[in-house]
Amino acid sequence: MTVEAERITRRFGDAAALDGVDLAVREGELVALLGPSGSGKTTLLRVIAGLEGTDAGRLRIAGQDMAGVPARERGIGVVFQHYALFRHMKVADNIAFGLDVRPRATRPDRAAIADRVAALLDLVQIPELAQRYPDQLSGGQRQRVALARALAIEPRLLLLDEPFGALDALVRRDVRRWVRGLQERLGITTILVTHDQEEAMEMADRVAVMERGRIVQFDAPAALLEHPATPFVAGFIGDAAQLPCRIAGGVAHFDPLPIAPLPVSLADGPGTAFLRPAELLAEPGGSAVVRLLRPQGGGELHLVVEAAGQVLDARAAPGTRLARGDACHLVPRGGRVFPGAT
Amino acid sequence: MRVRAIPGFGLSIGVALTWVSLIVLVPLLALAVKPWELGVAGVIRSLSEDRVLASLALSFGTAALAGLASLPIGLLLAYAIVRLRFLGRRILDGMVDLPFALPTAVAGIALTALFAPNGWLGAPLQAWFGWKVAFTPAGIVVALVFVALPFIVRTVEPVLRDLGRDAEEAAATLGATRPQALARVVLPALAPALVSGFGLGFARAVGEYGSVIFIAGNMPMVSEIAPLLIVIRLEQFDYAGAAAVGLAMLLLAFAVLLGLSLVQRGLRRGRA
Repeated sequence: MTVEAERITRRFGDAAALDGVDLAVREGELVALLGPSGSGKTTLLRVIAGLEGTDAGRLRIAGQDMAGVPARERGIGVVFQHYALFRHMKVADNIAFGLDVRPRATRPDRAAIADRVAALLDLVQIPELAQRYPDQLSGGQRQRVALARALAIEPRLLLLDEPFGALDALVRRDVRRWVRGLQERLGITTILVTHDQEEAMEMADRVAVMERGRIVQFDAPAALLEHPATPFVAGFIGDAAQLPCRIAGGVAHFDPLPIAPLPVSLADGPGTAFLRPAELLAEPGGSAVVRLLRPQGGGELHLVVEAAGQVLDARAAPGTRLARGDACHLVPRGGRVFPGAT
Repeated sequence: MRVRAIPGFGLSIGVALTWVSLIVLVPLLALAVKPWELGVAGVIRSLSEDRVLASLALSFGTAALAGLASLPIGLLLAYAIVRLRFLGRRILDGMVDLPFALPTAVAGIALTALFAPNGWLGAPLQAWFGWKVAFTPAGIVVALVFVALPFIVRTVEPVLRDLGRDAEEAAATLGATRPQALARVVLPALAPALVSGFGLGFARAVGEYGSVIFIAGNMPMVSEIAPLLIVIRLEQFDYAGAAAVGLAMLLLAFAVLLGLSLVQRGLRRGRA
């Protein structure tokens, strides 16, 4: 199931929640919409689901224009942020809902619905919870019920709105790997909304980074890290530190910061560099001071370094002799530099 | 000494028990004791008068009808206040509580004037449909809806607000039509609140006196409510007889409310 959005615009009063969004999702792909809160990612998901109208633009799903097609006729499975389970129904009835409400002509008979519910409960690995009520479940269990309920209608497209936001960190990692595995096994086109870049980078085939109602870059995770299209993406992805620099003769200079110059292919003038912790190597001696250090396996050190009033995350190679309070300087092993000050 | 995390235990329990005893328990105890001055046979004779039975049936019947009639109206009012955005919503919201503030006698007189055979509503109703509302049991139901309605609105409102749009949207994405979403998702979620709102409205309506006596016409056997009969017996210095009717009302009302709370427990099964 492909999804094609063209110049989609949605305004709330004067503010544009979506400002000319283009997005093309391929068959069987898992796409993450990633952005800070208020960037329009949930609005875009709701537009695709048919829960929100548009002021301009065109949306096609599987090549079919969605203008005037209500949510209930789109056949899209949605897992809501807070799951939106029906609290007065048992888990089994929640999952059966999408089949129960079909018109008589297309509704499976009672036994077929029961079989399908049982199969879905097995699929999401909670067969023992069929007769429970949502209020009697843990967050992770509710999430599985919401997923099974959305899958019951055999959706052509699955939309997940911050599906792991309500889970604690430990459960979260397991659940998202499991969901990704399930999505691959079922081969169902999926769009995931998240503000957690680790989640987006780990799960998605491609990530659409959103900023103020626009998609600023739509690329594979590795490409986002290697070639961010704008300073916003460079700063948002990969926990990079944003540092002012001066470009002269094909080299970026960071003084007064004790960071060694970084070769760039930009014209002379002011610049803005984005350096990730793994790209900043600390070496003994210099005007920076090690404030914190955390040993990693294999002898590598994660450091927090203070330099000219700035606090930076850095790394030290195995065998480097550095302790808390020691003086050091930083050598960039890479980084992205954009022309112009910010 | 035991340590308590929440302070004020002694004070709050003391005040609560004193209040409950003075305002509720002692008067009710007196009500429960008083009728037996007549003896068991006397109480039975006093209560089995046709006029008493008719008034009890009328009071409980009209209260139940008024509660039932208020359910759909109250539900729609709550829905309008919670879900819709329109000019005057705040004013409507405020007006819902007016029956709490208005002396019920004033409401009774106003409703009587409105529904009397020559009133603004009474005259056309009689001319077009031949309906007589004022001075009949129908008039009693009208007055009782007036007092019961706010209870339904105010019990349903917070639950509806809490339900949010999520559940309705989820139903829509799963293929449910609007009526299906209302019937299978919204109404069942509101059912416990509707039952408890009905219970409150019903209880209030059973005991209502001020507004009813103006509109009812108060004909014995036809439109004479039980609370009025109690007043009549008091005026005849038949204190024990009045208390007997009061006790009968108390027990009947208690039975109804107990039944409703059991129904509500059934509806809330599984919910936190």
